[in-house]
Amino acid sequence: MITVTDATKDWGDFRALDGVSLDVPSGSLTALLGPSGSGKSTLLRAIAGLETLDSGRIEIGGVDVTDVPPQRRGIGFVFQHYAAFRHMTVRDNVGFGLSIRKVAKPTIHSRVDELLELVGLGGLQDRYPAQLSGGQRQRMALARALAIQPEVMLLDEPFGALDAKVRAELRDWLRHLHDEVHVTTILVTHDQEEALDVADHIAVLNHGRLEQVGNPTDLYDHPANSFVMGFLGSVSRLGHTLVRPQHIELRKLAPGEEPVVTDWSAAKITERAVVERVTHLGFETRVELVTLPSGDRFTAALTRKNANELDLAVGDSVLATADRDTEHATFDDWSI
Amino acid sequence: MALPTRTTPRAPAGRPTSRRPAARHFRLGGIDPATLGVVVLWVSVLVALPIAALLALSLSGGPQGFLAAVTRPSALTTLGLTVALAAAVSLVNAVMGTVIAWVLVRDDFRGKQVLDALIDIPFALPTIVASIVLLSLYGPDSPIGVHLAGLRAGVMLALAFVTLPFVVRAVQPVLRELDTEAEQAAASLGAHGWTIFRRIVWPVLMPAVASGTGLSFARAIGEFGSVVLIGGNLPGRTQVASQYIQQLIEAGDQAGAAAVSVVLLAISFLVLTTLRVTSSRMQQREEAA
Amino acid sequence: MRQSRTLRLSLRALATVYLGLLVAVPVTMILVRALAPGLRTWWQWVTTPAAISALNLTLLIIAIVVPLNVVFGVITALALARGRFPGRAVLQTLVDLPFAVSPVVVGVAMIALWGTNGWFGWLPQHGIRVVYALPAMVLATSFVTMPFVVREVEPVLRELGTDQEQAAATLGASRFQVFSRITLPAIRWGLTYGVVLTISRALGEYGAVLLVSSNLPGVSQTLTLLVHGRFVDDHNVYGAYAASTVLMGLALVTLLVTTLLDHWKKQR
Repeated sequence: MITVTDATKDWGDFRALDGVSLDVPSGSLTALLGPSGSGKSTLLRAIAGLETLDSGRIEIGGVDVTDVPPQRRGIGFVFQHYAAFRHMTVRDNVGFGLSIRKVAKPTIHSRVDELLELVGLGGLQDRYPAQLSGGQRQRMALARALAIQPEVMLLDEPFGALDAKVRAELRDWLRHLHDEVHVTTILVTHDQEEALDVADHIAVLNHGRLEQVGNPTDLYDHPANSFVMGFLGSVSRLGHTLVRPQHIELRKLAPGEEPVVTDWSAAKITERAVVERVTHLGFETRVELVTLPSGDRFTAALTRKNANELDLAVGDSVLATADRDTEHATFDDWSI
Repeated sequence: MALPTRTTPRAPAGRPTSRRPAARHFRLGGIDPATLGVVVLWVSVLVALPIAALLALSLSGGPQGFLAAVTRPSALTTLGLTVALAAAVSLVNAVMGTVIAWVLVRDDFRGKQVLDALIDIPFALPTIVASIVLLSLYGPDSPIGVHLAGLRAGVMLALAFVTLPFVVRAVQPVLRELDTEAEQAAASLGAHGWTIFRRIVWPVLMPAVASGTGLSFARAIGEFGSVVLIGGNLPGRTQVASQYIQQLIEAGDQAGAAAVSVVLLAISFLVLTTLRVTSSRMQQREEAA
Repeated sequence: MRQSRTLRLSLRALATVYLGLLVAVPVTMILVRALAPGLRTWWQWVTTPAAISALNLTLLIIAIVVPLNVVFGVITALALARGRFPGRAVLQTLVDLPFAVSPVVVGVAMIALWGTNGWFGWLPQHGIRVVYALPAMVLATSFVTMPFVVREVEPVLRELGTDQEQAAATLGASRFQVFSRITLPAIRWGLTYGVVLTISRALGEYGAVLLVSSNLPGVSQTLTLLVHGRFVDDHNVYGAYAASTVLMGLALVTLLVTTLLDHWKKQR
């Protein structure tokens, strides 16, 4: 269990962390999610002891570590750009923490072999980091951090420097690794898809403040505010309301038909619109529309089946509606 | 909702949150005050204090004393001669250095590597050895009958020797980077050899040539070891400023020596600073482009 | 550029003749003249007591200056590469300053600070001789060689960044362990290069040392001062040639080492 209490940090005039309080349960895989400059990396580095807080407190496993240097916090840290020790072999990289702890050579040897097997780098013990691919280097960095059997694993945008395919592979792999090793893990990412995919808890940060904490489904279905809604998943603007594109229902209007709106209650949002473009994306069909008469553009996502039934073509008039209730995340936004 | 959210927004229970002083434990990647103190002490004792003491010594007779020391005829003569010789040598370097760099990059012939290796010798050789080396060929008992000792030509030769690498080594990499396609494009547009050089190649080379020339000027102006033996130290004819300073020290005129030293230091500092400022400006312009 | 054949050949000839007359022939000539009387004579002249003493003094100065420059140079490079403090630009200028100073001016500055009339002129009264003794020769040599280590190490440190050091810290390495196991191995080649340049310059330093040495043969002469003394004071031209070839040999060794290091660096 990691407990952060009222963490605040200024970089000159810039407030990187603004009274952040957060609990990370033991054994969880928690993602710190936010745009760049939101303070997520600063928070992670403060937990690691690589940054000092201006005020606030950090506890790991019930122990106040606020003033404990990184060497004695019992953490494993993985850097975005691997921080591989370039002048050491893979074996020496992974065994570094153990050799600092004066573990006997044969023990280090077997432990390193074991770990490399675990991260799928068996047989590459004698290579240098320069001879590994980016993905392999990051696995090595993970093995290196795991070697000291940390209480907590901290990953700072670990897949940010990798290409899309390797990133997806490593994400899966991290998920499985976490299931096996079960060490409390915090992962910093700006990629909402990555957070939704990997983490069992997500903490959303913005402008140094914690916006919301929860499990992925909750955050997606019940965002605490429009920022969280916009950051996790796609959003369409219907009139002055933010809705999920797949929650928009479309009804095709016959030529010349004047729609009769029956429900003017606040629970229903209704707009008239014209189809501008229809894109089929496999199982989903995306319809781009223009509202009448305001000319605002928005997107609706239909299932393939639904789209086939409607049989929309460019220029068709439609009536777009969305529900405003607890099942459907909506936020009013009068900013435009 | 069984989620571990804590909603205490501010002022948590437990110990009061105080502002702690920055850098309570050592900041990795930063520099702590003790280390900085060591650096400042070292650089002060080794460089800053001697230079400060030099300035103070040069002004020990007041500003008038300083002015008198650097404007006496012997000082003016030797300073003028030094600047003139350094300028002449830098000019020779600008032309010959560019030619040599061009030949080393664009031409191809047997023994090119040997020529390339020769360029580094002047920087590696101790200056006094440079003097001896030149004397062995151009000295009083010259085997080829060329006697340059005690002549301005001898001083020029010594200065040209020790400053040889500056322009060559500055121009070489630029020339290597230079895209021959631009030259070919110009040729396809009907430009001829000299025009191509003037309009396409020279604008790219110019900054490197200027920088190399400036560096060799700064070096030549303070050169001592290589001219000591071959120049003959003849006041008004071959005596350069650094020899004049040494002579003043030996004559016990420390304040005068310091004053001329300051002038010499100021000139080379000015040249080097100008070079650095212009080169960083050009770099910015390049990055902006 | 399509050069005409004549132009190409004349440029080639011009460069070859210039380099030949300026460098190649003189360097060959001194070797010829030093070795013409036979290896035995040469050996006798480079092993006279004064010559041995000069070699020892030169090596002693190098033995003191190199560790000083390594320790303080690395710390200075760390401060310049990592530190953000007021006066950083001033420090940078001071570190580069020795390149702008004539060796003779360095000598005068040493006299101004450490000489009997200087700011620290009270030291000799307490039995600490600086000028016209070994300390000033060391200080002068340190002054002129100071930028080498800093300039070679600083860019390596910048390129290295702090990620690896932070990673080592999270793995439990103490500050000293971080330095010895991460930072030092990373800068070792830059440091080696800086040390070789320092040795090369220290071997050949002449002007600055001349002004602050008592210049007594067999006592306070370095190799460069020996060459000067033999040529000027003793009119012993051959002795000067012989001593010069020793210095030249040492210089060529350092040149070879730097070339190899360059080559090695490019391959990596």
